Amino acid sequence: MKPRHRRIALIVAGVAVLALAAGLVLSAFQQNLVFFFTPSQVAANEAPQGRAFRVGGMVETGSVKRQPDGVTVNFVVTDTAKSIPVAYKGVLPDLFREGKGVVTQGRLENGVFVASEVLAKHDENYMPPEAADAVKKAQATNQKATGTVINAK
Amino acid sequence: MPSANLQNESASFNWFKYASPQAFFPLAGAIAPWFAAFAAVLFVVGLYIGFFVAPTDAQQGESYRIIFIHVPAAWMSMVIYLAMAFWAGIGLAFNTRLSGMMASALAPTGAWFTFIALWTGALWGRPTWGTWWVWDARLTSELLLLFLYFGFMALQAAIDDPRRADKAGAVLALVGVINIPIIYFSVQWWNTLHQGSSVSLKSAPTMAATMFTGMMVMVFACWAYAIAAALWRVRCIILERELRTDWVRAYLGKQT
Repeated sequence: MKPRHRRIALIVAGVAVLALAAGLVLSAFQQNLVFFFTPSQVAANEAPQGRAFRVGGMVETGSVKRQPDGVTVNFVVTDTAKSIPVAYKGVLPDLFREGKGVVTQGRLENGVFVASEVLAKHDENYMPPEAADAVKKAQATNQKATGTVINAK
Repeated sequence: MPSANLQNESASFNWFKYASPQAFFPLAGAIAPWFAAFAAVLFVVGLYIGFFVAPTDAQQGESYRIIFIHVPAAWMSMVIYLAMAFWAGIGLAFNTRLSGMMASALAPTGAWFTFIALWTGALWGRPTWGTWWVWDARLTSELLLLFLYFGFMALQAAIDDPRRADKAGAVLALVGVINIPIIYFSVQWWNTLHQGSSVSLKSAPTMAATMFTGMMVMVFACWAYAIAAALWRVRCIILERELRTDWVRAYLGKQT
């Protein structure tokens, strides 16, 4: 073995050991690296009790209701399996829409998630408005066609 | 062995000649302007497509256009780190002087791209997500990348002997390379506020064709810029480190 071969072997082994160590550390901290919990996780009591955490999911279509005081907004965050009612006082981000992603920070109080911050989570799809309309129309027709099948389920 | 070497040299072009700083110096000087010219043309074309040709986004309106700077900068921040770690590793393994110089020439450009990615990301996050910054896995690991670049440059600057500085920097660069897959896959491994990738090798990009074209032109522009900047910087480093050699004295004498 030439010295430079030994050095190459040492470098490769060193990086491999570090990668393994990093992998173990990251999997050990898996729980803490999670930016938000899904409503299903909250329902299964996986979210921290008694302190603030984040809930992420979709804003349920038709669930956004503005209270008469003008600043409070109520909506429901869902991951299609479970859902959580949210109450929030403040300004919502521009991309906050029904049926779109949202991440909200706060704490559970009597089954209602009282949020101190609401962030919009947008997806990785970029298209012109005309294309978005076309997609929506296609989905609507698809749904009509398969509606009976879905209802049967 | 000597006869085989001779044969090899006469039969084919010897690339290893350019591992010597003296031979690489004029080569770098000859190709850097071409990459700079490429970069200038591609930046103009890319920005024109990005700001005037690409359509408005259905969800985000005009604010998505920062993608034409944000994504190329973020990609470059990772690619340059990989290149830097590669040269650092080669330098450690083969004890070649030029490899260490290449690694230190790449670091400032990589740090700039990382900073631009973080900065444009903050500017983009404010109108879309509703916040400048969150401590999710993607953003935090990218910030760690910026600190790795700073650490690499600071460590090299702190050691007077360039060969020892190269070795110490190389070990740090190789340790930090673990962070690159973490940045890239963070949006898949954990749930983050940052959205997933729109472009991957496995499937078609999830963005309109003109948007994708504009972004890729900007990516190539950034590649060309990074290559030109690194080559020009490595020329300066070669001159500094080889200042006592005859050829640099002759070169500098010719210049003044």
